[in-house]
Amino acid sequence: MQHTIEELEELARKCRIEIVKMVYRAQAGHPGGSLSEIDLLAGLYGTTMRVRSDEPDWEDRDRFILSKGHASPGMYALLAERGFISHEDLTSYRVLGGVCQGHVDMKWCPGVDFSAGSLGMGLSYGMGCAIAAKLDGSERRAFVMLGDGEIQEGSVWEAAMAAAHHELGNLKVILDRNRIQNDDFCETQMRMFDIPAKWRAFGWNVKEINGHDMNEVVEGMNYLAETNDGPSILIAHTVKGKGVSFMEDNPSFHGAAPNDEQYALALSELGVAV
Amino acid sequence: MAATRDGYGQALLELAENKKVVVLEADLGKSTKSLHFRKAYPERTISCGIGEQNMLLVAAGMASSGYIPFASTFAIFTERAFEQMRNGVARPGLAVHLCGSHGGTHTGTDGSSAQSIEDLAIFRTLPNVTVMHPSDEVSTRILTKRLATSTNASYMRTARNKTPVLYDDTPEDSIQIGKGIELKNGTDVAIVACGVLVSESLKAAEMLAQEGIQATVIDMHTIKPLDTDLIDNVAQRCGCIVTAEDHSIIGGLGGAVAEHLSMTATTPLERVGVKDRFGESGQSDEMLELMELSAPHIAKAARRAMQRK
Repeated sequence: MQHTIEELEELARKCRIEIVKMVYRAQAGHPGGSLSEIDLLAGLYGTTMRVRSDEPDWEDRDRFILSKGHASPGMYALLAERGFISHEDLTSYRVLGGVCQGHVDMKWCPGVDFSAGSLGMGLSYGMGCAIAAKLDGSERRAFVMLGDGEIQEGSVWEAAMAAAHHELGNLKVILDRNRIQNDDFCETQMRMFDIPAKWRAFGWNVKEINGHDMNEVVEGMNYLAETNDGPSILIAHTVKGKGVSFMEDNPSFHGAAPNDEQYALALSELGVAV
Repeated sequence: MAATRDGYGQALLELAENKKVVVLEADLGKSTKSLHFRKAYPERTISCGIGEQNMLLVAAGMASSGYIPFASTFAIFTERAFEQMRNGVARPGLAVHLCGSHGGTHTGTDGSSAQSIEDLAIFRTLPNVTVMHPSDEVSTRILTKRLATSTNASYMRTARNKTPVLYDDTPEDSIQIGKGIELKNGTDVAIVACGVLVSESLKAAEMLAQEGIQATVIDMHTIKPLDTDLIDNVAQRCGCIVTAEDHSIIGGLGGAVAEHLSMTATTPLERVGVKDRFGESGQSDEMLELMELSAPHIAKAARRAMQRK
């Protein structure tokens, strides 16, 4: 089902509200990276992603691997909006026995394809899914979302090199370039220099977009879908905490929950009547 | 004489008729012996270059898609992918089969950087992971083949150098994952060994027999799940136990047996193993001597254990 740009934007806005609610309720979690990735998730699931909410384990589904698994509220919000889990399930985020574990977990949550949470693992796993699809003669693809801080993990580059070597045209990466990691700005923690050049040098197809402009996001997803001569990466320039003024570009909200006052402000900024 | 790694390579070939079996390599297929599979089935062999962390997770992704991946490298290099095994394989419960060849000080002249003496211990801590260290080429082949139908992930250590073949005429049915094999039945002391020290233990039992001591010898090829029924049985029958492994005395077979006995019996236990130190370059037999793992040292430990009864 194709959506209009406005519908995708509305999907992302609804998800943002759920992200803020989840983190507030749990008084823990990762709002910043969830808010930066959410337009991309909405754009992916609203366009090219082939999945079935009523059959989450459908063998020939595209795989989506949220390698930055701590940004789970974004994933859970999207899965609820797309009918994989209920909105009620969202209240189980970080709660004992809840389907919404702190970090996305395939054993707990329908629609989650990999148990992430330890950075630097998802691309390799996605590569395995992509090779399996090729061996099966299947059209299914593996989409992997990486964080920008995450690519400081050396194993990401083991996978990047191997995926190009194996010419995995069905492996597609979205890089959430929100410029902030746990402790501070990436620039302070570990300068990464020319990220697109690095991926090109590793043999990847590269496209850059503004990760909050839904037209560009859709264009980017189309680029990934149509680029099949080797692996491809969409480098999405985003703003950490996007959509909530005091969280935007603020390293303090990588992994912190809003207080009562901030919560009310966040909801009103996202268009919720409080 | 034959090397257990050859049993692994042979098993992969025999498993190949199952089209879901795939092999992953990290530039050591010639050494781990997955090369035979690669030559025959290149389309089902994935070269991961010199990148063990990536290899483990590519295997995990393939397992999640219905494949039965066998990934191998040197035992020592599996250790750098421990967290991948923990978080990406064991935790989601994916049946990835990891083989670490060239394990232990027995691997020899490459020296301590290549002598994994902690692999059994670390992988044994992971839920959902079977840990094995077979003693000969035949049992390695049979146990590797059994893994293909297991729903658990596994770590299997094989050895670089040749050791005696123990199971040439043994029916395959008697070699099962999780079941120790009683090679010698005595009542004075039980020697529970794995890997290359099983044949050393048989030699030790002969030495002891000359002194009138009747030793039981168990090939405990599966360290996890440990055959605790058999341990309880020999503890009762023999009254003292010696464990023997080319591995640190911390956390391996000796550790596993000690943990179990601490709950069930006060049976004296002596652990033969690498005594919390690193190795050095040397021939296999020299290493077993230097590390005090060879038959005379196992026999000595048996006498100590008997004195503590």
